[in-house]
Amino acid sequence: MKIHIQNGRVIDPKNGIDSRTDLFIAAGRIAGLGSKPDGFTANQTIDASNLVVCPGLVDLSARLREPGSEYKATLKSELRAAAAGGVTSLACPPDTDPVLDEPGLVEMLKHRAKQLDLAHVYPLGALTRQLKGEQLTEMAELTEAGCAGFSQADTAIIDTRVLWRAMQYAATFGYTVWLRPEEPYLAKDGVAHDGEVAARLGLKGIPVAAETLAIGSVLRVARDTGARIHLSRLSTAEGVDMVREAKKQGVMVSCDVSINHLHLTEHDIGFFDSNCHLRPPLRSQRDREALCQGLSDGTIDAICSDHAPVDEDAKLVPFAEAEPGATGLELLLPLTLKWAAENRVPLTDALARITHAPAGILGIPAGEIGLHSAADICMFDPERYWQIAPATLLSQGKNTPFSGAELAGKVRYTLLNGHLVHNS
Amino acid sequence: MFNPQLDTNGKLKHLLSIEGLPKSILSQILDTADSFAGVGEREVKKVPLLRGKTVCNIFFENSTRTRTTFEIAAKRLSADVINLNVGTSSQSKGETILDTVENLTAMHADMFVVRHAESGAAHLIARHVQPHVHVINAGDGRHAHPTQGLLDVYTIRRYKPDMHNLKVALVGDVLHSRVARSEIQALTTLGVPEVRVIAPKTLLPGFVERLGVQVYHDMREGLKDVDVVMMLRLQNERMSGALLPSAQEYFKCFGLTQEKLALAKPDAIVMHPGPMNRGVEIDSSVADGHQSVILPQVTYGIAVRMAVMSILAGNS
Repeated sequence: MKIHIQNGRVIDPKNGIDSRTDLFIAAGRIAGLGSKPDGFTANQTIDASNLVVCPGLVDLSARLREPGSEYKATLKSELRAAAAGGVTSLACPPDTDPVLDEPGLVEMLKHRAKQLDLAHVYPLGALTRQLKGEQLTEMAELTEAGCAGFSQADTAIIDTRVLWRAMQYAATFGYTVWLRPEEPYLAKDGVAHDGEVAARLGLKGIPVAAETLAIGSVLRVARDTGARIHLSRLSTAEGVDMVREAKKQGVMVSCDVSINHLHLTEHDIGFFDSNCHLRPPLRSQRDREALCQGLSDGTIDAICSDHAPVDEDAKLVPFAEAEPGATGLELLLPLTLKWAAENRVPLTDALARITHAPAGILGIPAGEIGLHSAADICMFDPERYWQIAPATLLSQGKNTPFSGAELAGKVRYTLLNGHLVHNS
Repeated sequence: MFNPQLDTNGKLKHLLSIEGLPKSILSQILDTADSFAGVGEREVKKVPLLRGKTVCNIFFENSTRTRTTFEIAAKRLSADVINLNVGTSSQSKGETILDTVENLTAMHADMFVVRHAESGAAHLIARHVQPHVHVINAGDGRHAHPTQGLLDVYTIRRYKPDMHNLKVALVGDVLHSRVARSEIQALTTLGVPEVRVIAPKTLLPGFVERLGVQVYHDMREGLKDVDVVMMLRLQNERMSGALLPSAQEYFKCFGLTQEKLALAKPDAIVMHPGPMNRGVEIDSSVADGHQSVILPQVTYGIAVRMAVMSILAGNS
């Protein structure tokens, strides 16, 4: 299959490209950029004159709910959503049922994803068995099976000696340890930011210190063990400051923020909107501004969708009982564009946060449009507004705080290894 | 922000919390309660305002006092009343809140009085009932207990008619108290210039001052010159965690005694939403003393609930 993408605005942040040009794709790879390769005859020509042509997006946190929670979503439904969102590579946390702590499970997941052939799936292996924070997993075996890093998902390691050992062991092989920083006792039973809204609505709060205490100890242990760490989904201003300082001091740390926390605050809970029950909780306006600023100045490396599809019934209960999470794969691009527009960030810099920056964190060959690189491409109309609604989302999870919003940026075509996986 | 309690004409459709209600609606409820205050003393304790209507008390959490006063209020308005203690029936069989509500709607109930252990439960129900049904929140988690807040300000207004010239102190467990939140909102909406909370830091939510109150940790300072002392209930289970060391120490620091009450204005009134823990948050001599208006609170509670129900029914 040979595809000629005509006259698009090609943006490749990694290689510093932003120009109106043609792309030629053959045998799943970029065969030509600007000039047609010798003897190239296209089977298909795509007119991209109104479109931005950029590397396929890379998402650092997408729960696909397989294995174990197929009633919430399936690999097929969510990978179709990924394709519709222009996401061609994604990392999925290990808190499935069973937990991704055995090579066989990882191989099966990789195999199923490969059969569907809609997006590249990079599982994060469990850092400890059953995520219990007691015993290490077979990290080398899991890496061979396809894990791109090791994570505790939403479960903290309480025993600091285990945390220390896990980081030492990961550092032995150069594996990245992914942690969502949250001190479990301070966060226990909490469902909202410990602030004005929680005080008013009578919701149990999660204080800022739950995040900063955890970041403090993780950074300390990372420094002493030499482990490379990735902090998932920062939510507080102080947390951003701590990472900024640690980076200055040379700690090998990267971090991301979710699309929800870039745009929403505790006040969006309104009168108990369970779509805003998220983990970590939506925090204050001051925190949101610091997250936007941290992303602009490079303290925060990447934006993730924090895709966590939840079935309808699990949200039709009182706020605290509602299952945390929101759908996100199809919103990653438009909400990144919204952040860029609101903060006057150039489009190239914004796309870097959802392409080559997360690819670098995962250590995968993706997130660029280089000659001969794999043809994972996202083509979107940056001017086209669309309304977020259950009917316009392919994900099986329809819950999002952005339901009803009109957002700019609609993916028209997605290519995975040179073949069309989405066309709208 | 969209207010789920008001209809498109700005009239009260549901009573879910005091927050967001204009002063005019609160005053309307209190004035209406005045007209019902004498009904209980008549020989025929009934008015026909809700005749032919069905009021359903759905209690997902147990309660005796609140449920009983709602039941009496509805019956004095001539409504048919159904009581459901869901805490002991459907929920334990796995039925969801909304299933329960839909089933009762199918039985043509006109008004739901709901209590639930989780904050926001009444809002959830109000969002999903049919348009003709009214929802009254009888307490949701730590969030709100609006009829209690209203009956408390009603009681205050009976004894201290000039609300614009009052100092009110709430003492005790604000953190876990839906009553406190509703009282604070009712008092500030009605223009009480100084509302104080007195409690140890472990029993106050973070950012409590954003509710419009002044914070005190020393009871002697906080009670100085106040016109109204509102005690809050302290549940025994609060002693087991790391919130408080013991009931004795709590009583010593934050319990209301005659001696501490003497720091308030001489004609100050003492209130408590009940049920009381004598010797934990309040000394018996104060609870039964001449400044206590704790029993009148209960009596007025019926009139206030009648007022809320009749106003909601009138707004159909």
